[in-house]
Amino acid sequence: MENYLTIFTEYDIPGAFWVNIQLTFWAAIGALVLGTILAMLRISPVASFQAIGTSYVNLIRNTPLTIIILFGVLALYGQLGFNLGGEFHENFFRLAVMGLALYHAAFVCEAIRSGVNTVPLGQAEAARAIGLSFMPAARLVILPQAFRGAIVPLGNTLIALIKNSTVAAVGSVATEASSVMKTMIEFRADIVIPIFLTFAIGFVIIVIPVGLLTTWLSKKLAVAR
Amino acid sequence: MRKTRFGTVAAMAAVAALALTSCGGSGGDADGDTIRIGIKFDQPGLGFKDGDNYTGFDVDVAKYVANELGYTDENIEWVSAPSANRETMLQNNQVDMIFATYSITDERNQVVDFAGPYFVAGQDLLVANDSDISGPEDLNGKTLCSVTGSTSAQKVKDAYAENTNLQELPGYAECVTQMSGGTIDAVTTDDIILAGLAAQPAYQGKFKVTGAPFTEENYGVGLPEGTDKCADINAAITKMIDSGAWEEALNANTEGTGYTPNPDTNPPTLGDSCA
Repeated sequence: MENYLTIFTEYDIPGAFWVNIQLTFWAAIGALVLGTILAMLRISPVASFQAIGTSYVNLIRNTPLTIIILFGVLALYGQLGFNLGGEFHENFFRLAVMGLALYHAAFVCEAIRSGVNTVPLGQAEAARAIGLSFMPAARLVILPQAFRGAIVPLGNTLIALIKNSTVAAVGSVATEASSVMKTMIEFRADIVIPIFLTFAIGFVIIVIPVGLLTTWLSKKLAVAR
Repeated sequence: MRKTRFGTVAAMAAVAALALTSCGGSGGDADGDTIRIGIKFDQPGLGFKDGDNYTGFDVDVAKYVANELGYTDENIEWVSAPSANRETMLQNNQVDMIFATYSITDERNQVVDFAGPYFVAGQDLLVANDSDISGPEDLNGKTLCSVTGSTSAQKVKDAYAENTNLQELPGYAECVTQMSGGTIDAVTTDDIILAGLAAQPAYQGKFKVTGAPFTEENYGVGLPEGTDKCADINAAITKMIDSGAWEEALNANTEGTGYTPNPDTNPPTLGDSCA
């Protein structure tokens, strides 16, 4: 047991999880903004906009996240010299956030679209009937209701994003949880299973409140019809 | 209806059985005629799976030892042993021995047994052929690559050049690709791994190992705890070194890189590591 406890002084485990939370935070904001735009493209009446939204979702959703993140480091940075500024290691953090946001935007888009489907057609017709064009109708009538109906799938996407933030390990973000775990296993082979369980429990502690919160919110914010 | 369902279950069982056997770790006792050896599948020059062939220095030593233990080449079952899984594979009896750039350390010795060492590597740098970096002190302001889960790059930063930029990538292959693209100035890990990377046909003549190793890593043969094979394996390794086959294997796997292992520590003298 004492042997096990030394890993907390030897390695900064809370710090590693904090990096994942930061990755998740920024990527979630990016994914929410981009996903909302994509959802609006997909429900817009203009065929070419729909095509753009649909192609993005189909292309990104079907590309493994590891490949997207690796592409950022190996191709964008490595071969093309694309740099998001900051200190040397901050660039990799930002590239990873970008990759995570681009990937999860596709899922956010589909979550919102499922929310849009919960809004009765009459709402859209009524909005148009009082003279609102597409954008105001979407902003004032459709999307506020759609978000309320999409809280559970959005929460699921957020939970996936939290766990997927460990994929940033392949993107040279060396301080996040799975990289730290790998280092710990390399040097503390005598307690591999306890190390693994520590990280598993860490993620459970982070993810369970998110699940409880989205369930509670979805009930509280449900549109009564 | 019942019949179809039974058919489905039978099919699933068959698939599961196939999947299990294909993992190589059929578990349980090692049956008399085959030996399961864990190696790296992705480390050119040491343990590398090339189609159906396995090449590299680790593979050559493993073959020699297995032959000495009474197994022919056909009776060797090669199993992929990634770094993070090595102890678990030995503890769960999924492999009989491991030759996978496995450094002997106190922590590992608590859960597995080691024979050997069969090679003493040292941390070194791989740089472009025309680079002016000749040792870790020259790395200030340069970008140094290592793989996720190793602290070799951090060691360089702490001990030799504190203004080094560290980049961690999932594998050495990515590091080397980046270095050929020019965004990375040096790759660090054990010298023999670097030599193996540089010896790949695609990079022939492009990179060099600086040849100033600054640590000592004793590569041992990983064995399940309480094994009785250790002494026999050490005898086999000693025989391989004495007969010249060891040096032959080493030269064949690092050909064309100008790499020579640290002569002070190689070939290693096998002490009483089995005790």
